[in-house]
Amino acid sequence: MKKASTHITQNEALIFERSQPGRRGYMLPPLDVDETPADELLPAELRRDDDLEGVPELSEVDVVRHFTRISTWNFHIDLGMYPLGSCTMKYNSRLNERVARMPGFANLHPLAPEADSQGALEVMYELQRHLSEITGLAGVSLQPAAGAHGELTGVMMIRAFLDKRDGGESARHLMLIPDSAHGTNPASAHLSGFTVKTIRSTPEGLTDLEHLRELCAGGDVAGLMLTNPNTCGIFERNITEICKIVHDAGGLVYMDGANMNALVGVARPGDMGVDVIHLNLHKTFSTPHGGGGPGSGPCCCTAELEPFLPTPLVTRSGDRFRLDFDRPSSIGRVKAFYGNFGMHLRALASILTHGREGLREATEAAVLNARMIAHGLSDIYDKPFDAPPMHEVLFTDKRQSRKGVHTLDIAKRLIDYGFHPMTIYFPLIVQGAMLIEPTESVGRHEIEQFVEAMREIARESVEDPELVLNAPHTTRIGRLDEATAARKPVLRWKPAEKTATA
Amino acid sequence: MRYIPNSPEERQEMLSEVGLSQAVDLFDSIPADARLARPLDVPDALSEIELLARFESLAARNHAAGRPSFLGAGAYSHYSPTIVDALIQRSEFFTAYTPYQPEVSQGTLQAIFEFQTLVCQLTGMDVANASMYDGSTALAEAVLMAERVTRRRRVIVSAAVHPEYLEVARTYVAHAGVELLSAAFDEATGRTNLEDIEGLDETVAAVVVQSPNFFGCVEDVRAAAERAHAVGALLVVAVTESASLGMLRSPGACGADIVIAEGQSFGVPVSCGGPYVGLFATSEKYARQLPGRLVGVAHDKQGRRGFVLTLATREQHIRREKATSNICTNEGLIALAATIYMTTMGRRGLQEVAEQCAQKAHYAARQIAAVEGYELPYSAPFFNEFVVRAPVAADELLPRLADAHNITGGLALSRYFPGRPNDILVCVTEVNRRSEIDALVAGLRKVQSSKFKVQS
Repeated sequence: MKKASTHITQNEALIFERSQPGRRGYMLPPLDVDETPADELLPAELRRDDDLEGVPELSEVDVVRHFTRISTWNFHIDLGMYPLGSCTMKYNSRLNERVARMPGFANLHPLAPEADSQGALEVMYELQRHLSEITGLAGVSLQPAAGAHGELTGVMMIRAFLDKRDGGESARHLMLIPDSAHGTNPASAHLSGFTVKTIRSTPEGLTDLEHLRELCAGGDVAGLMLTNPNTCGIFERNITEICKIVHDAGGLVYMDGANMNALVGVARPGDMGVDVIHLNLHKTFSTPHGGGGPGSGPCCCTAELEPFLPTPLVTRSGDRFRLDFDRPSSIGRVKAFYGNFGMHLRALASILTHGREGLREATEAAVLNARMIAHGLSDIYDKPFDAPPMHEVLFTDKRQSRKGVHTLDIAKRLIDYGFHPMTIYFPLIVQGAMLIEPTESVGRHEIEQFVEAMREIARESVEDPELVLNAPHTTRIGRLDEATAARKPVLRWKPAEKTATA
Repeated sequence: MRYIPNSPEERQEMLSEVGLSQAVDLFDSIPADARLARPLDVPDALSEIELLARFESLAARNHAAGRPSFLGAGAYSHYSPTIVDALIQRSEFFTAYTPYQPEVSQGTLQAIFEFQTLVCQLTGMDVANASMYDGSTALAEAVLMAERVTRRRRVIVSAAVHPEYLEVARTYVAHAGVELLSAAFDEATGRTNLEDIEGLDETVAAVVVQSPNFFGCVEDVRAAAERAHAVGALLVVAVTESASLGMLRSPGACGADIVIAEGQSFGVPVSCGGPYVGLFATSEKYARQLPGRLVGVAHDKQGRRGFVLTLATREQHIRREKATSNICTNEGLIALAATIYMTTMGRRGLQEVAEQCAQKAHYAARQIAAVEGYELPYSAPFFNEFVVRAPVAADELLPRLADAHNITGGLALSRYFPGRPNDILVCVTEVNRRSEIDALVAGLRKVQSSKFKVQS
């Protein structure tokens, strides 16, 4: 397979390289006030002296063509199945985008008076209520801007709670985290002043209860951070027992809600004994991932932990909604204003569009799709854990690697078949992990095509490994030399005479 | 549910195919006592028509959104060319994930590389990351980075930094062993008092100033850099109004070591506080201490140029608890909006926007200062925000202005500074027409002369 690479759409230069002096892409109305002389406006020594040299000059058409052309080099959900495990690439509805762009929301300043922002406050209040019902936890803050931010918030709340309960600074400094956890968990725990200890997983891919008990015996356990279903796609069936062990040891249980889309309408963390959880609105409630954000990571907690939630909280008194700043036990603010409000709107629109039945239906459809993939591939790819998968299924490259074909190669070859690769090399507890999450947004036929592609790649790995090792063959560029990129980083464009690299 | 491709009948067939009889069997691994035995207490599904009507009625209750406004203080109303929102709504951008697979993510990666470059150019720094959540969290991360770079644990923050940014920094450092100290501002100039920074010595990791500061005053960033560097501390400069970068000497040119900014001014709606985008830039020697994602140039076997996420060994998915930050998802799409905005406005447009903001704000300031009873307490140069001291309490005056003249006149500073009941922070941008400014001035005159007695 050889791809034509001379076409203009395949060779779009950087905006800085396209720049032509004198081109303009904007027009402002003429200044309509009496002009202040330049030196009265701002003393010369406070003004720029570089005339913004290097900032591009382009026409509107140039800009539209530039970003349209480079956009075509992206894979995206609207194009097809994007089975990144744990990332939950479900359909992002245009309706939600329309809602977020209503002028009454988009043009509302965050510091506008409460009385003149009642609609926005009601949106936040209503979303808080629904998230509370869905998680079975009484307190909700929408302030965190992403999952890791919600995690940090939750872990800081645990710290604040323990300090208050134990009087002064709690001696409990140990945060337990399974070896299968997302990297953000230990990073957030560390940022909150905790020491991280890793809990082993059992050969079944579950948290090792014996190891948990052992680590809890020391008396210095502050809490546990657990993802459920875990990152192997398996429900931690001992969850009630796990929570009990941690609680008996005087700690709290934090749940990473990255996989909450497997539970909505079916089970609630609050009913299992979880104390605090973050949700990823950009996973579970389908706000767009946007090529890496914005996310939104609301934090939900028990009534006991509620006083420690960030400030302010949206509350209701009668038919008025207000911001409550009077929260003396709060950990404080984690973000200016009230969180990523535009994402709150989209998530609420998503919840209301699904409704009671639809939310559960989405959960069922997502798990069923993952089950179909497990069913279709288990005889060809190594499936390290026997338990039936929830919303995502974990395989490894164990069988294919005997022929020298590894997870990375399989992922790259999948691109040639028209699919975005799955999550690779995560979780870390199995070698050559391939974590596949179809979500509910994929139809049966596409699932079958995906299974077929994976089976085909397994066959190629035996019969023509070179084909797989050199994939992808259909993209604009081939595999990039990431090692050199990291060794000699070029992180910005500079004019040609100053550097030869970019 | 119309977002689920498989019909109930198809799903029933699929269930049989995997050896199950009904949907509930999919959840066999969840013990009965951990399951929800009832339907969720969530309303029935709304159709598109019903949903739009519901949100339209909520939006209509945000009266402030439809009014001429002079609110700034960390969120700014600027003009955004139509193509910005049109382009970010392309499926290829808004429904893509973090570009972990570079061969099918070159659009996002190249755009981030362009974003990083633009941020460097505007801030006058060497390297910039792929974005932070917003300005406030970027500042908190800058404080933590200063601690990593200097291995010192005290950070002095100007009292003229946005109060909410300061609150966020306090939360972030609460358990990081970093002590935050405050540097006072001068009551006459409105600028941070750089002559006499209490506690500035060889144990200080960084001095943090905002410019223009919370009160709109342009700081003497060069002097701040000299003071910080004299004791081996870093200078962190925060910018909440990024439009000012089109006119003001860049923080990098003034000697800043870390620059963080709120990028919302670059084509992003105020949207009740988010999503916005944090800009984070520093000098080359600290590149490996940056929080968050970075995109760099890479080549394939044929020597074709492409872009990849790089220096990932700083990040949480590799380093876990030893990472420079816990951030994962950032503000990708908003960074893209800012990139398209900066590109469309371009070199001359960014200058013209800044010029118009400054001109209109100075016109407004002059007109307001000429109204009897009102004064501008600060003498320092300003960009597009300034403090007005009213003859009456701001939280009485502003609602009157809204009700009687349909204008949001600015921010009552008492929200953050209870001891300053009469002070209003006024912001003017290129979207405020002269007629609006004149109406504000007329309203201020009328409101104070007819409705209230002058307070002493």
